Amino acid sequence: MSFLRRTLDSIHPHVTDGGKYTKFYALYEAIDTIFYSPGDVNQGRNHVRDAIDLKRVMIYVWIAAMPAVIMGCYNTGLQANQVMASLGVTEVAGWRGDILTMFGIGIDPSSVFDNFWHGFWYWFPIYATVFIVGGFWEVLFASVRGHEINEGFFVTSILFSLIVPATLPLWQAAIGISFGIVIGKEVFGGTGKNFLNPALTGRAFLYFAYPAQISGDAVWVAVDGFTQATALSVAAQGGVDALVSAGFTIQQSFVGHIAGSIGETSLIAIAIGAVFLLATKVASWRIMLGVAVGVLATSLLFNLIGSETNPMFSITPQWHFVMGGLAFGMVYMATDPVSASMTDTGRFWYGVLIGLMTVLIRVVNPAFPEGIMLAILFANLFAPLIDWFVIQANVKRRELRYAA
Amino acid sequence: MSSEAKKALFEPLVANNPIALQILGICSALAVTTQLSVALIMCLALTSVTAFSNLSISLVRNHVPSSIRIIVQMTIIASLVIVVDQILKAYAYEVSKQLAVFVGLIITNCIVMGRAEAYAMKNGPWNSFLDGIGNGLGYSVILIVVGTVRELFGSGSLLGYQILTPVSEGGWYVPNGLMLLAPSAFIIIGLTIWAIRSFYPEQVEKPDFEMQNAHNTSAHGSTGGAH
Repeated sequence: MSFLRRTLDSIHPHVTDGGKYTKFYALYEAIDTIFYSPGDVNQGRNHVRDAIDLKRVMIYVWIAAMPAVIMGCYNTGLQANQVMASLGVTEVAGWRGDILTMFGIGIDPSSVFDNFWHGFWYWFPIYATVFIVGGFWEVLFASVRGHEINEGFFVTSILFSLIVPATLPLWQAAIGISFGIVIGKEVFGGTGKNFLNPALTGRAFLYFAYPAQISGDAVWVAVDGFTQATALSVAAQGGVDALVSAGFTIQQSFVGHIAGSIGETSLIAIAIGAVFLLATKVASWRIMLGVAVGVLATSLLFNLIGSETNPMFSITPQWHFVMGGLAFGMVYMATDPVSASMTDTGRFWYGVLIGLMTVLIRVVNPAFPEGIMLAILFANLFAPLIDWFVIQANVKRRELRYAA
Repeated sequence: MSSEAKKALFEPLVANNPIALQILGICSALAVTTQLSVALIMCLALTSVTAFSNLSISLVRNHVPSSIRIIVQMTIIASLVIVVDQILKAYAYEVSKQLAVFVGLIITNCIVMGRAEAYAMKNGPWNSFLDGIGNGLGYSVILIVVGTVRELFGSGSLLGYQILTPVSEGGWYVPNGLMLLAPSAFIIIGLTIWAIRSFYPEQVEKPDFEMQNAHNTSAHGSTGGAH
């Protein structure tokens, strides 16, 4: 590795002050710190030593998303292959078909291998596009503003690729991530200063700008012209009865064999990610608990009230957890340490607010079948206010304790 | 033209823009900019109201007791708005229906009141008139930018002429639905302000607080990495 170190050191004088290429310092710094720990140290007396720095936190989240990626690819392929088998289609259309034929991969829905690779060629182009376009903005802003290129972007790009339908046009993925990175994050000063989750900001932009390609019934299964209602839209039509008669079961949804955005369907994969995030203490268990409590309490309340006209009232909490993106949002999105509340008590109530809003939007708002995206963005806005109340309560308590 | 008059007319266009710098009159900028033609009529209405209210208020400024000046200004502005509204109803009925309540709401537009109070009460009629025109045009600049972007990307047309043919009519362009919703105007105004402040850095407000840069690795002012 000393060759690499020597090369980097020989570049160093050119990109620091007085060098020709100071504009590229951010890029140099990013590459350098991927391979080596930075040597800069604090000049003052206080120096916190902690192995878990921002870089490691972000890479851990990236690793935690891998089970969802694998299950997502598999499920995307499975859904497509099943439909093609039932329609009697024998060839995958377009360039994906060429790639699959080249490697001799079939489209047998009972083969895990076939399903995974078919789905992979839907997920991977989206991820590659998001990574390249998002990376461009990240490097551009880092170079112009002189801040470091941040690994937060790794997380944003992988999460963004998992919360969109497999059939999303790539140019829309590019526009979505550009909006998320630039408007959701960089205009406020970059990673650590954004008050909204950038991946969700990008998705919300696509949701309002191009609703036909990211919602409805036609986008979830990667077969042209095939419509398949998601569990949530079936439930909105006729409640649990409609879900059961449409062939949905809790077990099937738990494993992830249902149509939906790429990474959101499998609770097992998400649970593996959640265990990893909690074990490494990257994600806050208080937020996850808060979301669960919020969903449970609100959906039970709606069960209790009941409604003659709206079948969503009768959806039980366990169905709420397995349908749509709730689990994914709860584990990967709500726990984003930058946009969530910072105080421990605040984190719990921040989670409760997300759970409450999710069920509220799902049940009583007929315009939006899914609520988790808007609920998290909504709670992002309230996170600083929640913290303020927690701190004020603490101030009051201490005043009372030390009152003369 | 004296330098004072020039300043009154041209400074509000970009350097002291009523929307971009003073952040006034945002609500109508959100409401009337889905179509460029409607935005243009609104610009015309607001510019004439601001100009003539500034002129009239400047003419009577030495005769109005200070304690009732706001109500006098309101009366003048309201009368002018009613005149503009009636003219629109008579000669551009379709557009006036689309503008709906927003012409009437020019009365409460902060730009009109702000210029009357801040400029016309202290300056002569000619300069006040120019200041009204200038501020109206400053408002128009932003509305035209926002209206152009929203109509072009939201429905693929400009002033009603199809420029980007949407997919639904056999073209290639997929209209951006967000542009037809009011929040898009906020985003476009924000981006415009960003652009203006990149050219006029003195407009940038001081940050409320500064972050300590303990880990000194910024490209400028770095003492060099100690590897």
